[in-house]
Amino acid sequence: MVVDGGKPKTRRGSARWLVVFLPYAWLFVFFLVPFLIVIKIALSQTAVAQPPYEPVFDLSAGIPAIVAAVRQFSVDNFTFLAEDSLYIRAYLSSLEIALVSTFLTLLVGYPVAYGMARAPKAWQPTLLMLVILPFWTSFLIRVYAWIGILKKEGLLNQLLLWSGIIDQPLIILNTNWAVYIGIVYSYLPFMILPLYAALERMDGTLLEAAADLGCRPARAFWRITFPLSLPGVVAGCFLVFIPVTGEFVIPDLLGGSGTLMIGKTLWAEFFNNRDWPLASAVAVILLLLLVIPIVAFQNRADRGEGTVGKAPT
Amino acid sequence: MRRGLSWFTGTSVVVGLAFLYLPIFLLVVFSFNASKLVTVWGGFSTKWYGSLFQNEPLLDAAWVTLRVALISATVATVLGTMAAVVLVRFGRFRGRTLFSGMIYAPLVMPDVITGLSLLLMFVAIGFDRGFWTIVLAHITFSMCFVAVVVQSRLVTFDRSLEEAAMDLGCPPVKTFFAITLPIILPAVVAGWMLAFTLSLDDLVIASFTTGPGATTLPMKIYSQVRLGVTPEINAACTILIVIVTIGALAASLVTKRREVERVRAERLAAANP
Repeated sequence: MVVDGGKPKTRRGSARWLVVFLPYAWLFVFFLVPFLIVIKIALSQTAVAQPPYEPVFDLSAGIPAIVAAVRQFSVDNFTFLAEDSLYIRAYLSSLEIALVSTFLTLLVGYPVAYGMARAPKAWQPTLLMLVILPFWTSFLIRVYAWIGILKKEGLLNQLLLWSGIIDQPLIILNTNWAVYIGIVYSYLPFMILPLYAALERMDGTLLEAAADLGCRPARAFWRITFPLSLPGVVAGCFLVFIPVTGEFVIPDLLGGSGTLMIGKTLWAEFFNNRDWPLASAVAVILLLLLVIPIVAFQNRADRGEGTVGKAPT
Repeated sequence: MRRGLSWFTGTSVVVGLAFLYLPIFLLVVFSFNASKLVTVWGGFSTKWYGSLFQNEPLLDAAWVTLRVALISATVATVLGTMAAVVLVRFGRFRGRTLFSGMIYAPLVMPDVITGLSLLLMFVAIGFDRGFWTIVLAHITFSMCFVAVVVQSRLVTFDRSLEEAAMDLGCPPVKTFFAITLPIILPAVVAGWMLAFTLSLDDLVIASFTTGPGATTLPMKIYSQVRLGVTPEINAACTILIVIVTIGALAASLVTKRREVERVRAERLAAANP
């Protein structure tokens, strides 16, 4: 990593160049180029071959062969997606589930973040640690834990039946309710951290001034606290909404056959049907749907507004 | 307002934390259940832990996962720290927008897209899929998380220390290792920890990029979960939770102690000019 050779004069320049070049080149090769390949394969045809698509580029075959391969590109996969209502419904249902669960996560996360920011200063690092800790334990494990709670003979139903609140077990597992619970649970820290960062920065004297001038607490909250916490709200919503739209594990394990999400569809096309070009086309459309929120998220993060939250140190 | 809402804020924090911890707590409790039925308590037993250590395929998967996580977290920390330095210190340069875009996009990119795109690239260039393709994939997404964690520390960094060193003739590379790195080390360690747990955790990207012979623990757990909930998986999950909790607590204690030492040293320096 360190450039030891070279004269002192060029040394600074070459070290600087290397520090930019290594991460840049890595992300270019392993993040950007793969997307271009996905687009290319989305335009290819399914084939019974290894790899299961054609045309296959052979750079050694020269430019004419590449031109001929490019001529074979077709938008068949995209027309197929547009004509089959199953895919359109899967996209719409993913967006709907993502929107609803982002809102629910905000609803659950806001009071917690608010309470943390208002807690005594000495407690705040501990509370922050307590919110981050579950995030370190496996995502898969946390989703798995809910299966035992939500299933028909699970712990929740046992508790409710025993306490006499219900006399028939509730069917929650394998419905969209279970998916919502799983998403809110798994993504809650992503919502709480930016909200807490925004609320904690807030100047408490503003509220005192409002109270002194006769503003009622509820009104002061909507006029002062909430607008000032908006950067955190937006950052938290991006951090939940974007990945949830393509979520696979939660709808697969907690959802039922009626839960339609595009991440599940993509997985099935790839692993069960082995239709790589169609799976790629599904991914390209998903990316197009998410490109606006992703770019908005990048711009905000680059300006340092409500980033992922403070480093968990 | 503060006083009027205190019962509300207190309750919401307690309820929120209970919601976060109760499912994990129940999972751990039922790993000690003697009954094979996961949700019916049949007395205390540690037999599932015993059978776990005889489960060869599961132990093999755990070993693969651990090696992937160690290698990928270490490389990701080096690359991510470099990326953070570029983002915070290098100002505007040609291609910066693309660079920051490639750092922030993987943070929110759905796993299925990242996994599929990396797999298709490995196939296109004819790279044999297996252990090393998982490592490359994990480095790629976890380095971005490291970059964000280190970046947030670098932003609040007092640059006058670096400037002083360079004014005294210390070359930039040496300044980085002698001044900058020791100060941002807590964030670098936290970044490594995060990269390590992200790698331990990942199911989707590993499933796409793996090949014959390399099965990770989440892939193993996932295929068992699909068949049904068993106390043995609860036991495996409990061990993972214990390892991660100890690691996270240790890292936070170490970083806290370093932070206290740093503040004390800075005060001392200020008091004795």
